[in-house]
Amino acid sequence: MDRRTIFNGRLLPVALLLPQLLLTIFFFYWPAGQAVWSSLTTQDAFGQGWVFVGMDNFVDLFTDPLYVASIIRTVFFCLAVSVLAMGVALALAVFADRSIAGRGVYRTLLIWPYAIAPAMSAVLFLFVLNPRVGLLGRWLNDHGIAWDYALNGNQAMLMVVSASAWKQVSYNFIFFLAGLQSIPRAVTEAARMDGAKGWHRFRTITFPLLSPTTFFLLVVNVVYAAFDTFGTIYALTQGGPGQDTQTLVLKVFLDGVINQDIGSSSAQSVVLMVGVIAITAVQFRFMGRKTVS
Amino acid sequence: MKNRPDYLAHAVLILGVVLFALPVWLVFAGSTQDSDAIMRGDLSLIPNLANLSVYKRVLLDGTMGTEPVWHMLMISLGMALAIACGKIFISILSAYAVVFFRFPFRQVAFWLIFVTLMLPVEVRIIPTYAVMADFGLINTFTGLWVPLIASATATLLFRQIFTAIPDELVEAARIDGAGPLRFLWDIVLPVSRTNIAALFVILFVYGWNQYLWPLLVATNQGLDTIVIGIVKMIGEDTQTDWAAVMATAVLALLPPVLVVVLMQRWFVAGLTEGEK
Repeated sequence: MDRRTIFNGRLLPVALLLPQLLLTIFFFYWPAGQAVWSSLTTQDAFGQGWVFVGMDNFVDLFTDPLYVASIIRTVFFCLAVSVLAMGVALALAVFADRSIAGRGVYRTLLIWPYAIAPAMSAVLFLFVLNPRVGLLGRWLNDHGIAWDYALNGNQAMLMVVSASAWKQVSYNFIFFLAGLQSIPRAVTEAARMDGAKGWHRFRTITFPLLSPTTFFLLVVNVVYAAFDTFGTIYALTQGGPGQDTQTLVLKVFLDGVINQDIGSSSAQSVVLMVGVIAITAVQFRFMGRKTVS
Repeated sequence: MKNRPDYLAHAVLILGVVLFALPVWLVFAGSTQDSDAIMRGDLSLIPNLANLSVYKRVLLDGTMGTEPVWHMLMISLGMALAIACGKIFISILSAYAVVFFRFPFRQVAFWLIFVTLMLPVEVRIIPTYAVMADFGLINTFTGLWVPLIASATATLLFRQIFTAIPDELVEAARIDGAGPLRFLWDIVLPVSRTNIAALFVILFVYGWNQYLWPLLVATNQGLDTIVIGIVKMIGEDTQTDWAAVMATAVLALLPPVLVVVLMQRWFVAGLTEGEK
């Protein structure tokens, strides 16, 4: 949509755009371009210069069983976090949407966790579930359940999934509640008069009407689980034990920053970029321009 | 239709509230207890209010060789404020240029900003580090916030708000002789103030909660944010001062939670209208 009335001038708008554009070019396009470039090259044997190797880094990546395992693990992790965080949030939103006493208080008490940092959710989970200092973790061990997420890979995965989902519930809750409130009362009232009972009414009327919100949240949650959970996982397990909680972002960081394998890390970055572009394309395809404008 | 209270709804919601409040309460209660007791697993859920002095101790001294907590809080506060204000400032300017002017490459500029949506920090960790090193921004406070203030989402949001400003308002301002900058200051900013408030909350929390970025560009302990600091503390194998760590965790949570709760009304409306 274009405006009819505009201001004249060439220099001023360019000056206004400049800060944003310069930051974008220096800190987004340049590094992204360098990632693409280093993913196609490798350092020569003497460490002197760069040799163009085409797709070699990518072939190495996708034939590496550890990388393939990390992809599968990340997909599982994203789905588990999204389903858990959205399921709990939807249940809470449905009940918070009912006209009950104290609903304003309930809302505030369910919205505040939005402020918790992903790394902080790891800290809080540690205090509850650490096998030595955590109240619940210690209790489990005292009652014959060998609980130690530093040693047991499945328990570690359970930890990082729960901590990541826990932090994301309030975000989803806010959107589900807004979605529920935008469903016209007349529609649910009509269903009620037709005799549709609670669960049946939810399944056949409310949930289908919520589907734009649900789809939007699914995309947001998958992106959150894939990228923003770095802090949660790194603080809790550093990707361990072994590689049992090493998602793709953890692997880029560990391979690039800790192990200094620039070629592989850059190729991994490029794979992730393609992933984000694909997710964004899906979002556009199904939701149109609404999400951005 | 008046009937009995909705017990099921209350039960589910109370369960939800407890699920989120309990870990924080546990940490608060723990912070006021004896560290040896915590290590033995004797953690009581009733805080011992006589021991609140632990907060003064961590604020002034830190624990196990970390910076004092007040210092880490200041770094976090500075970073969060700089990111929130910086993003809002440059996004308003660029959205204003795109909406109220016509100039060559206007669409190109807009798309250049828009595409950065697809390039989160996490996918360009190594090369961004190299660029930061070239600019001499590693281990500087500037490096903590400047590269993070470019924002496609904020620019899109302001573009949407500015586009909705009626043409008549622009026309009236022009007849009154207001130039573009005067119009921005006197009309556009005041009519967008609730959106700016909402965005401020979202971006403040975003800035405060950064972890990967400071981990990457600031290895100097003097630049530790509170989130970096607390993760360092829990990673310490020989950690013995758990009460101090728990007190630090409470202090790290408090500021962003307060901002969200106090500005809840604007924040919720802004989040769900602008979407993210």
